[in-house]
Amino acid sequence: MPSSTHASATSDSVQVSSLLEIHDLHVSFRTRDGDVHAVEGAELSVDRGSTLGIVGESGSGKSVTALTVMGLTRFPNATISGEIIFEGTDLVKLPNNQMQSVRGKRIAMIFQDPLSSLHPLFKIGWQIVEAIQAHEDVSKATARKRAIEALREVGIPSPEKRIDSYPHELSGGMRQRAMIAMALVLKPDVLIADEPTTALDVTVQAQILDLIRRLKDEYQTAIVMITHDLGVIAELADEVAVMYAGRVMERTSRERLFTVPELPYTWGLMRSIPRLDAPRPGRLDSIAGLPPSLIHLPSGCPFHPRCPYVMDVCLKVEPKLEQSEPGHLVACHLQVEERRRLGRELVSQHGSRSDER
Amino acid sequence: MTTENHESVGTAPRAQGSGGGPLPALGRAFRGLANFVNSSLFRYVVRRILWGVVLLVIVSALTFIIFYLFPSADPARLRAGRNPNPAAVAAIRHSLNLDKPVYLQYWLYMKNLVLHFDLGFSYYNQQAVRTQIFQRLPVTAELALGAFVLWMLIGIPIGIISAIRPRSVLDRMTMSGSLVAISAPVYWLGLVALFLFAKDIGIIHLLPGSGSYVAITKDPGAWFGSMILPWFVLAASFAAFYARMVRAQVRETMSEDFIRTARAKGLSERRVIFRHGLRAALTPVVTMAGLDLSGLLGGAILTETVFNIPGVGRYAYDAIVNADFPPIQGTVLFSAFFIITANIIVDVIYAFLDPRVRY
Repeated sequence: MPSSTHASATSDSVQVSSLLEIHDLHVSFRTRDGDVHAVEGAELSVDRGSTLGIVGESGSGKSVTALTVMGLTRFPNATISGEIIFEGTDLVKLPNNQMQSVRGKRIAMIFQDPLSSLHPLFKIGWQIVEAIQAHEDVSKATARKRAIEALREVGIPSPEKRIDSYPHELSGGMRQRAMIAMALVLKPDVLIADEPTTALDVTVQAQILDLIRRLKDEYQTAIVMITHDLGVIAELADEVAVMYAGRVMERTSRERLFTVPELPYTWGLMRSIPRLDAPRPGRLDSIAGLPPSLIHLPSGCPFHPRCPYVMDVCLKVEPKLEQSEPGHLVACHLQVEERRRLGRELVSQHGSRSDER
Repeated sequence: MTTENHESVGTAPRAQGSGGGPLPALGRAFRGLANFVNSSLFRYVVRRILWGVVLLVIVSALTFIIFYLFPSADPARLRAGRNPNPAAVAAIRHSLNLDKPVYLQYWLYMKNLVLHFDLGFSYYNQQAVRTQIFQRLPVTAELALGAFVLWMLIGIPIGIISAIRPRSVLDRMTMSGSLVAISAPVYWLGLVALFLFAKDIGIIHLLPGSGSYVAITKDPGAWFGSMILPWFVLAASFAAFYARMVRAQVRETMSEDFIRTARAKGLSERRVIFRHGLRAALTPVVTMAGLDLSGLLGGAILTETVFNIPGVGRYAYDAIVNADFPPIQGTVLFSAFFIITANIIVDVIYAFLDPRVRY
């Protein structure tokens, strides 16, 4: 893939391919009010040992993209097209029973709210043992030993006791650790984390992000980090995809994103981060307007009703995701020079989040 | 209750570190009992039982008051024959204690109930109410339990299947059918069933009809045959109601986050539904089932009356018709007792089904 910033060393084929590649993914759901176009032509990829951050507002299609990779959007009212290539296999075309052996084993997922995402009536140990036994033919005792090890691995104190706790008996941070232990106990190749820190206290958020980074380095797991928080991106991501209205609108490395962001929507996201070291403004900058309806999208560029730099062409023609420079793709009608100037200006005024860390 | 009890029995001696008393087993048992008595569950149950007793007293007082404020007929006059003379009525009134003030009558009734478990005698035929109720209770229990099994076996699977396949033909058929079953009054449904299937008056002479009850000890085959129609009639509305309730519960549960997690783990859809979904969805159904069953143990008045089954409900119906107060009070108290007891049992069971519930 031309867009991949660093060549994958794992593949020796002529075409440089990543562990997980998403091409032209479309997902829509038929509803009573009309078709909801949740994902429109998403292009993404992630490699072993690296982290792809997907950032965007609610309803930008990030979660649906992730769930589609897991094969969890195959509802009767869903239409899915495009390719999700995982180690040479197209997951979109994979039958349900084969997808089932990929889920949890090769690609695992953790969710936003660990309290509602863990079964309230089963002990966490039971839930982890179940995940192991779903994919590996091991005895209950062996699975239990591995579950205890996994809990220890994610930093849960006295795991041999905690394994018999119910989710409600753990704190929020411990629950998310248990969730991560459950996802990583089978050593998956890809871990998709859907807003894993959103429901947690700020101090616990940092611990969980540290944990994910440590586990990624240790096991060379590919991480897909879904978030609406650019702070999390700055903390963790190697590559960043900015999604809006189901489309990937900007894709680049973290360094590049925090030095020369080229998309007006990305600028809006950056401006809306509160800063502690700057004088306190009367009110926080936010992006004007609301995310668009995914049933009746605006014509042309889906961001144009909220864009301060809107031009005539934006109302008519949808911008394509095009290379601005190697490793930096942007979907915007603004002149490249103009975009870079405005992006640099914003970063120098507002400071770069990645500098702070 | 048992797990908690066993746990405390097991941990107590280790905590105390005692080993070689003369009667270690007895000591351990005693300490286990002491632990249980001190447990929050035990205190909770005791508190609930005391409140249950208070509730029974209130129920009995209310029944008393209602009967004396709005009697369905004057019991003394009913007993005095076709053309009573006032002296005879007064004598009967005196012999039944009906000429005493209400509070005194209530006091005498409660005294006999508490001291001798005596529920009085029927004004109508002088038989002891307690004996009558105990004779009829097994019959009512047979009816209630049979119907209970039937409605659970019909309602729960239908509810589950319609929840998993919403808007399917089966879902639409069962859900509209259940509306009919819920709306149909039991006495009407009972008469229709008799009209269609009873051996004597039915269009199809298929099953024993009204008044065909035979004790199970006398002739099990005939007993079973005579109970089929009553069981189905009594179970119909419950089955329909449970199907709808289970459907709603399962549908709600299947959209929970933990179901998505179960799928993300790579479990089979069967396991996701039957292990993760039903475990959460059916827990509240247990509560409902316990309460509904206990409500019927107090007598299924309409079903027992339509099918002329000699149960507690039929007894209560006859007592109401005859303005026969002691059996009315007795059956009401029994009914309240079953409901209160079942409430306590169901709440205790729930604590074991859902670890988040603590007392």
